[in-house]
Amino acid sequence: MAKQGKIRVLIAKPGLDGHDRGAKVVARALRDAGMEVIYSGIRQTPEMIVEAAVQEDVDVVGLSILSGAHLELLPLVTKGLKKKGRGDALVIAGGIIPEDDVPALQQAGVKAVFGPGAPTKDIIDFIKKESAK
Amino acid sequence: MTSKTKQEWREGCLAPVIKRSPERQDKFETTSGIELDTVYTPEDLVDFRYVRDLGYPGEYPFTRGVQPNMYRGRIWTIRQYAGFGSAEETNQRYRYLLEQGQTGLSVAFDLPTQIGYDSDYPQAKGEVGKVGVAIDSLQDIETLFQGIPLGKVSTSMTINATAPVLLAMYIALGKKQGVDPSKLEGTVQNDILKEYIARGTHIFPPRPSMRLTTDIFAYCAKNIPRWNTISISGYHIREAGSTAAQEIGFTLANGIAYAKAAIDAGLEVDSFAPRLSFFFNSHVNFFEEIAKFRAARRLWAKIMKERFGAKDSRSWMLRFHTQTAGCSLTAQQPYNNIVRTTLQGLAATLGSTQSLHTNSFDEAYAPPSEEAVTVAVRTQQILAHENDIGNVVDPLGGSYYIEYLTNELENKASEYIAKIDNLGGAVVAIEQGYQQREIQDASYSYQREVESGQRAVVGVNKFVSPYPKITGLIRVKPEVEKRQRERLAQLKKERDNSKVSQTLRCLEDVARGKDNTMPAFLECVEAYATLGEICDVLRKIFGTQREFLVF
Repeated sequence: MAKQGKIRVLIAKPGLDGHDRGAKVVARALRDAGMEVIYSGIRQTPEMIVEAAVQEDVDVVGLSILSGAHLELLPLVTKGLKKKGRGDALVIAGGIIPEDDVPALQQAGVKAVFGPGAPTKDIIDFIKKESAK
Repeated sequence: MTSKTKQEWREGCLAPVIKRSPERQDKFETTSGIELDTVYTPEDLVDFRYVRDLGYPGEYPFTRGVQPNMYRGRIWTIRQYAGFGSAEETNQRYRYLLEQGQTGLSVAFDLPTQIGYDSDYPQAKGEVGKVGVAIDSLQDIETLFQGIPLGKVSTSMTINATAPVLLAMYIALGKKQGVDPSKLEGTVQNDILKEYIARGTHIFPPRPSMRLTTDIFAYCAKNIPRWNTISISGYHIREAGSTAAQEIGFTLANGIAYAKAAIDAGLEVDSFAPRLSFFFNSHVNFFEEIAKFRAARRLWAKIMKERFGAKDSRSWMLRFHTQTAGCSLTAQQPYNNIVRTTLQGLAATLGSTQSLHTNSFDEAYAPPSEEAVTVAVRTQQILAHENDIGNVVDPLGGSYYIEYLTNELENKASEYIAKIDNLGGAVVAIEQGYQQREIQDASYSYQREVESGQRAVVGVNKFVSPYPKITGLIRVKPEVEKRQRERLAQLKKERDNSKVSQTLRCLEDVARGKDNTMPAFLECVEAYATLGEICDVLRKIFGTQREFLVF
């Protein structure tokens, strides 16, 4: 999805949890790195996230989840994006996600999972590298 | 040569040393931006007056502690926040914790329960039993406390928007066990303002929410006099990224808003203020944290006495629970978390906390395993029983440094409170996003400090090494959700549904009017109306509130 201009990112909080510190920090770091960032706010359903990603025509969807519902909710986002013809969007995730769950999420189309302690720089570099492909 | 003043010492003794070899950092600062001097002396406490500023323990302004002999009488309450999966599983964990010497219960509810949805609600999919126990009706509360006599244990419930419903269930269960409500002991968090600021499980707009809060104050004052009607929480504000000064400033400003709302609702300050309780974080900056607890106590005593004119000394006491900082736990080298937690627990007890939760080392991954939570409980027991932390009250009181920090934190917190007063109080400030913005800025600076290496996080940005994967993590199985839904469907078939409709209609009438809502909630839960059904009634009348989004 090599493209010209600013990379557009949707940072979203699927599910019911209200822990938004990480989402907001990442959103701000990406913005400071020159990306255009939309932050969804908390309590978004997978459908709402897909809808927003399509509407805003984003290149990247970053999903932050700390409630433990990642195996249920994240695949619904990737599936929804594919269904709407946006399977090309880069989907990444962060939050409290045990390592054992990462392969299943990758299988479902989540390209990378950034756990606790991941520097925002790693996330920025990853997005830039993938966007240049 | 012996210096007579700090200035003399600075010039004659310190300066030549620094000239020879520079210090590790250009400046030394606490998280709240208090710049630290090399050493503290009586010169830093020029206006210090012992009786006015510290006083004796158990006496105004309670800087040293709310009880005269603190832990010499009774060690703080060891209270581990716990709950996951079904009521049966959580009940097993509670019994295990009590067997290990835990002295109070603390219930973690899952997100649907906190936001007023039943387990069969479409958006509850994937969330049932994950971050806490799933409760749909009184039936689940009966299972949760199976074999635990409510007259003999104190129970804290982390529940806010739906606090009146869960409190009603607890009272109803007490009645079933033959325990008079006046004998029940415990706490409901019931602190909706910090939900808008930092935690995000609000349902209704602030004003009707505040009414539910003060309804609990009034009801408990009459019926459950030993119940803590609120736990005004800085914990989540700090977890969201605030500084120590913001934590106490924003929390006490919320406390002021609750006191004001209760007085506006016709309550007399000394009728409810003795049952207000607080909840703070114990974070990584050891000395600043100890000073924070002391500053909060002194400031609240002044607020209650001077601003609200409270006469009862119990109204002046800031009693609080502490939890060690969840956000300080690292997924990298997870056993280091035991050490972090020990230091944070030590700070809390040196700060004279009433009760303590110590985090488990695996919580950067999942809810704690039995092994991990046992270590956490033992950590407190080692502090209490091996190290004799509690043999002298406020052991650091009188340290020039601690007293200086206590003064500074009180000043900084007072500045935040004044700012919020000027905006029109905590509710208006929240609606404008003031606290949220301040916290976001602080958390972003913190992250940048970590990433630039200015702030060390061992195992993450310093002293990084490979670490073994921890095993035995708790997994909540999808069957929990399925079983919970089946049980709910069964309940809806078996209960007296006309009674349910009738109690829900009654709740609707009361909620539309001005009467205290608690008796109506009690009738609903006793008829086995579900949490979701009850909250649907309230959503219809009060409306719902999205977050006051700031980004």
